[in-house]
Amino acid sequence: MSRLTITDLHASVITEDGDTPILRGVSLVVESGTTNAIMGPNGSGKSTLAYVIAGHPKYTVTSGSIDLDGQDVLAMSVDERARAGLFLAMQYPVEIPGVSVSNFLRTSITALKGEAPKLRTWTKDMKEAMADLQMDPGFATRNVNEGFSGGEKKRHEILQLGLMQPKIAVLDETDSGLDVDALKIVSEGVNRFKESSDAGLLLITHYTRILRYIKPDVVHVFVDGRIVATGGPELADVLESDGYETYTAAARA
Amino acid sequence: MRAPTVAPATDLAPRIYSREIGDFDVPKGREEEWRFAPIRKLSSFFEPENWGSVGISGEHDATVEYVEISDPRLSQSWMPTDRPSAIARAQATHAVLVTIAKESVHSSPIVVNLKNAGENNYLHVEVHAGPFSKSQVVLIHDTTGNVSGSMLSILGDQAELTMLSVIDADTAVMQHVHWFTEVGRDANFLGLSITLGGGVIRTVPTLTYRAPGGKGQILGAFLLTGDQFQEHRMLVDHTQPHCVSNVIYKGALSGEGAHSVWIGDVLVRREAVGIETYELNRNLLLTDGPRADSVPNLELETGDVLSAGHASATGRFDDEQLFYLQSRGIPESVARQLVVRGFFVDVLSKIDDPDLSGSLMRRIESKLGIIDHE
Ligand SMILES: Nc1ncnc2c1ncn2[C@@H]1O[C@H](COP(=O)(O)OP(=O)(O)OP(=O)(O)O)[C@@H](O)[C@H]1O
Ligand SMILES: [Mg+2]
Repeated sequence: MSRLTITDLHASVITEDGDTPILRGVSLVVESGTTNAIMGPNGSGKSTLAYVIAGHPKYTVTSGSIDLDGQDVLAMSVDERARAGLFLAMQYPVEIPGVSVSNFLRTSITALKGEAPKLRTWTKDMKEAMADLQMDPGFATRNVNEGFSGGEKKRHEILQLGLMQPKIAVLDETDSGLDVDALKIVSEGVNRFKESSDAGLLLITHYTRILRYIKPDVVHVFVDGRIVATGGPELADVLESDGYETYTAAARA
Repeated sequence: MRAPTVAPATDLAPRIYSREIGDFDVPKGREEEWRFAPIRKLSSFFEPENWGSVGISGEHDATVEYVEISDPRLSQSWMPTDRPSAIARAQATHAVLVTIAKESVHSSPIVVNLKNAGENNYLHVEVHAGPFSKSQVVLIHDTTGNVSGSMLSILGDQAELTMLSVIDADTAVMQHVHWFTEVGRDANFLGLSITLGGGVIRTVPTLTYRAPGGKGQILGAFLLTGDQFQEHRMLVDHTQPHCVSNVIYKGALSGEGAHSVWIGDVLVRREAVGIETYELNRNLLLTDGPRADSVPNLELETGDVLSAGHASATGRFDDEQLFYLQSRGIPESVARQLVVRGFFVDVLSKIDDPDLSGSLMRRIESKLGIIDHE
C-alpha cells in the first residue's frame, strides 16, 4: 500500500528571463490501486506537475511538499525518486542516440532492482512485454526513441511501465498522437499493469477518449496551475460535453 | 631543381605537391589552411632539424619492417603538400613499412607500437595493402615526444584495409601527422583516427582514389580536456568515377581552454561522376568554456553524383537525455556514461577488437571524469 501526497505545491519554470510561476497550490493524493485522472486545457501546467513530481531540473519548487509513504520526494534526486517507486510516462519521450532499447531497459532494471536481471529470463520477459504491446522485436536493437513515430514512443513508455513495476505512475498524455487502434493497445497495456500490480495511477489527459478504456476512480479538473474541481468518472462526461470553458472563465475572473 | 607540380586551382585541393622544402613558404598563420593552428608553438616543425625517426617497439608481425628511407619499396609517387610534411620526408632517416602480401588474409589485427627516438621525431609510416588482401592494422603512437610526419595507406585493387591510428599523448606533446590514403579499384578502406590526448595535435587526413569503384571511410573520435588543441583537417579528393566516401568525426570537449577544429573538405572533380559522399562532424561540449570549430566544405565540379551531403553540429551535453535516463532509476554517473558511449558508438563500434574498443572507451570515460579508474 503506497500513497503519494502532494500538498499546496507551488513551482516555477526556470527560464533565462527569470522564473515563471506555473503551479499555484496543487494538493492531491494518489493511493495504490486507484486511477486518478487529471484533465485540463493546454498550457494549464499538467506536464509541469508531472515533471516536478519526477524532479526535472528545469523547474523549481517554491513551496509545498511531495511525500511518498513518509519519504520527502523533493529531497531526492531524479533517479532516487524512480528507485523509490515513482514513474513518469512522458508526453515527449527523449531520443538517446547510440543507446539501444535493450541496453537502456537492462541498465534501468538493474538500477531499479539493485542487481542485473538473469540474461535468459530477461530476454524472454522483454520479448513478451513487447509482443503484448504489438511492438516489433526489432525495437530492442534500435536506439532509444530515435526515429520512433509518436505512437511507437508511447508504446515504449508503456513497455517500461510494465517492466519497471512502479508503485505510483504518472502518465502524461499517453493518449495524444495515437490513433484508435494504438490507443486500444496502449490502454490494454496500462490495464494489464493495473491488474498485475497494486500501483496508483495519475493519468494526465486533455481528452476524455482514453478514459473510455482506462476507467478513472477520480477526475480532477486542472486549470491555471491548480485543481479547480474534483469528482467521480461522471465529471469526465461533463467535460466532454461542456469543455473547460466554465472553469477557465472562473479562473480568469 | 625539379619544378613543383602545380595542381589546377580549386579552393580545396593543395596547391603544391612536392618533396622540395623550398617549394613551401613558412606558414605565417594568415593562410587559409593555417588560420586555426597555433603557428608559434609549431615553429620548430617549419624548419629542417636533425631529429630522429620514429621506430617500432616490442614484438611485431613479420609484415612490419623498419627500413631506410631510401628503400625503393616506399612510395615514389606520393608528394608532401605542406612544409612540415616536406621537411619530415626529407629529414627522416627511416620508415616503418607494413606490407600486406597480395591475396593474403589476416584474421587478427597487425599491431604496430610506434616508438619515438627522442624528444623530437620525424615519422614516416607506409601500409601497403596488396591486391585482394584483407587486413587490419593498428598503429599505436608513442605517448611522449613531439612528432612530425606522414602515414600512407595504399590499397591495391580490391584490397580491404582497416587501419586504426591511436594518439593518446601527454599534454606537453605536439604532433603534426598527415594521413594519406589512396584507394585502388573496388578496394575498401576504413580508417579510424582516435585522438585522446596531446597538447597540440594536428592531423591532416587525405583520402583519394586511384581507380573507379573504391570505397573509403574515415571515422574519427577525439577528446580534449584542459587547454588542449586539436585540428583535424581532412580532404576527400574524388578524382575517380563511382567511388564512395564517408567521413564521421565525433569530438567531446571538456575544460576551460580546450579548442578543437574540424575541417571537412570534399572535392568532387569533373571526372568523378556517379560518386556518393557524406561527411559529418558532431561535437559534444561537456562543460562551459571549450570551443569547437566545425567547417564542412563541399565543392562539386560535376552535378552528376549519386549523393553528396554533409552535416555539422556542436551541442551541449543534453540535460533532457540525462533526465530521461535518471527518471528510469539510472544514477547520474551511469547515465552520463551511457550518453557518452552512445555519442561515440558509431565510431568505436567499427573497431572489430572488443578488447581494444573497450579499453579506448574506458580511457575516454576516465579522462572525462565519468569513471574514476582506467
Ligand atoms: N521552458 C519553459 N519556458 C517557458 N515557459 C514554459 C516552459 N515550460 C513550460 N512553460 C509554460 O508553462 C505553462 C504550462 O506548461 P505545461 O507544459 O505544464 O502545460 P500542459 O498543461 O502540460 O499543456 P499541454 O496540454 O499542451 O501539454 C505553459 O504556459 C508553458 O508555456
Ligand atoms: Mg503537457
